[in-house]
Amino acid sequence: MRVRAQMGMVMNLDKCIGCHTCSVTCKNVWTNRRGMEYAWFNNVETKPGRGFPRDYEDQEKWHGGWKLDRKGRLKLRAGGRLHKLANIFWNPDLPTIDDYYEPWTYDYENLISAPPGERQPVARPKSQVTGENLDLQWGPNWEDDLAGSQEHAAKDPNRRELEDEVKLEFEQTFMMYLPRICEHCINPSCVASCPSGAMYKREEDGIVLVDQEACRSWRFCVSGCPYKKVYFNWDTGKAEKCNFCYPRIEAGLPTVCSETCVGRLRHVGVVLVDTDRVEEAASVPDEHDLIESQLDILLDPDDPEVREQARRDGIPDDWIEAASRSPVYAMCKRWRIALPLHPEYRTLPMVWYVPPLSPVESLGESLVRDGGDSDDVFAAIEEMRIPVEYLASFLSAGDPEPVRRSLRRLVAMRRYMRAKNVHGEVDPGIAHEVGMDPVQLEAMFRMVAIGDYDERYVIPKRHGEASPAAFAEQGSCGIDFVNGAAVPPEMVDPGDTGPDPDFDIRDHLVHKGGNGGA
Amino acid sequence: MSQGSVLLYAVLPYVAIAVFAVGTVWRYRRDQYGWGARSTQFLESRVLRYGSTIFHLGVLAAIGGHVLGILIPRSWTAAVGLPDGAYHVIAVIGGLAAGGAVVAGFLILVYRRLRFPRVRVTTTRMDEATFAMLGFGILTGILATTTNLGDAVHYRETVGPYFRQVLVLDPKPELMTGGGVDLIFQIHVVAVWFLYALWPFSRLVHVWSIPVDFLRRSPILYRSRAPRPRAGRRAPLPEPRAPTEGGPTGGPARSSAD
Repeated sequence: MRVRAQMGMVMNLDKCIGCHTCSVTCKNVWTNRRGMEYAWFNNVETKPGRGFPRDYEDQEKWHGGWKLDRKGRLKLRAGGRLHKLANIFWNPDLPTIDDYYEPWTYDYENLISAPPGERQPVARPKSQVTGENLDLQWGPNWEDDLAGSQEHAAKDPNRRELEDEVKLEFEQTFMMYLPRICEHCINPSCVASCPSGAMYKREEDGIVLVDQEACRSWRFCVSGCPYKKVYFNWDTGKAEKCNFCYPRIEAGLPTVCSETCVGRLRHVGVVLVDTDRVEEAASVPDEHDLIESQLDILLDPDDPEVREQARRDGIPDDWIEAASRSPVYAMCKRWRIALPLHPEYRTLPMVWYVPPLSPVESLGESLVRDGGDSDDVFAAIEEMRIPVEYLASFLSAGDPEPVRRSLRRLVAMRRYMRAKNVHGEVDPGIAHEVGMDPVQLEAMFRMVAIGDYDERYVIPKRHGEASPAAFAEQGSCGIDFVNGAAVPPEMVDPGDTGPDPDFDIRDHLVHKGGNGGA
Repeated sequence: MSQGSVLLYAVLPYVAIAVFAVGTVWRYRRDQYGWGARSTQFLESRVLRYGSTIFHLGVLAAIGGHVLGILIPRSWTAAVGLPDGAYHVIAVIGGLAAGGAVVAGFLILVYRRLRFPRVRVTTTRMDEATFAMLGFGILTGILATTTNLGDAVHYRETVGPYFRQVLVLDPKPELMTGGGVDLIFQIHVVAVWFLYALWPFSRLVHVWSIPVDFLRRSPILYRSRAPRPRAGRRAPLPEPRAPTEGGPTGGPARSSAD
């Protein structure tokens, strides 16, 4: 056993209203720069839909993630190292900007500078890459709220697995939102794909980062990530990705997307991972066993043996305590209501999802209200507006059982709390039917229904005393090289859009203002 | 021996080599962020597939041919039983094939850069200079090969030894100017010295980042948050000083003038 701490997130999809606040605040902080206009470290997709970038889940096409070879060994789906070196001049699996969208702005100037004329002046869309006029055919969230679903939703790669006929008839239409960030996988295929060794997991918290100085533009991380959450900055030629807002995390604050989520549906916390068994967990032959095998290496932070080993492996006590109070561990493993996104990619992702009880009023909901029999409720789950099989196609490698268990527990929680609060009856039977006890159901209720800030976010601070250069490093985090948000305006030459080879943020941080001293 | 020939064939090579060596080290130390291939496949992939693959494979073959023709003395190939005639047939056929691929790939890449506005906007002045120098080197190289099909120049007796003499720090410009070496060969040699001088400041530096380490490293990499010294990094961050100290204390802080 070798214990490492790992940051994780759980999103409760029942609460997502698709407002995109997470996406917008993330963009304002991280990707509001030339070369990254098209990139959304956080995006919210309407499901069913093709996703962002288009059809990213179709690994027959993109070859992202891992697979088992004939001998059952874990291999990158896109091919091994020699294969990568042989394709280094042209990556056969790389999406192009058109698979995302060509970013644009509008020619607002024309609205006030157009000469008097017969017609109203218009602000035409202009490409942010070339500055030329664009004929908009696709963009971010082009298929928001099922827009154009006759054309696009049917192409959702997840639907292929469904045995039922595609439920696209108007009366049966369903939809849900899926907010996505980098999964900060325990077994990241992007890291394994990087020829330069520029990508890495942080030992302290498992956050996956790109070393901007070591990246050499070979771009195999972009194609290697099955979630397509490594982005290519077309201006600098470097890979960039969601960094789990590590400057905030280090200060004990939740990520920007979590902090600003109006539905308060995100939970951030630490889990303890047995890193000796990562490969084993990712290599189980049956895809349906992947959730269990991943949960198996998420160690119980209350087990004295685990705590002792964690201490020996250098994990600070406050981090072990945080792991014990972790909402992520509770929702993923204690209560088993959260599920990973596409476990079949074998990357052991660490952003998990509580599946939605169809937001549109359904049979199951009325049963809960009327105190229906539990058998009726379970039967109703099968008849939900969003088919269980559809949720299973991306939350449990197609196995409906984990989704069923999660939904049953969520319904049981509602029935139990309704009986308790409205009728004043405590019915432990409701909990036992779903394999839980009343104490657990009430703790779960506090987490998903009340969701206090301090319970949703249990984030231990970084131990800065480990770094000798913390003072000199202050303010140096972030991607602040090329017109980055963190670069003071007076240092940015608006005419110069290329990287300045002489620019080093430390020159300004360390030497300006007398070393920050007297 | 004229001053011009000394300048071009004895001084220029060392200036170019010095600029190449010092420039490479300087840029590697100062500009890790700018060091890379700066791929544009993300913006245009269809044409690049042919342009990049053909060009790079052609260049690799051409480099191999130059090593064989320039660095390896005639006596060595003769010693392994390769007569001059056979050698020259191989050199011409191989050279034309490699050169053809380089030219074809290069033309596709230039076409691509001009044709697609997305690619054009990522093109820097340095890229333009690199394309120009590279194009000129390729053009003169191809002309030298095609005008010397009968091996009238005997470059293995002239250009080859000249190059080796430069490398052993005993330049003999007369090998290039002493008659027998066509003007096109002379132009090619001089042009390539200029290309070497340009190299460290262009995207050609990605050649030195061929990821051989990839073949033997562990698939999943971990790094500790605590900074560790690493080859090729900038100077380490200065140690923090007590706020009460005034003025510089001679620590390892980098001067803001460098």
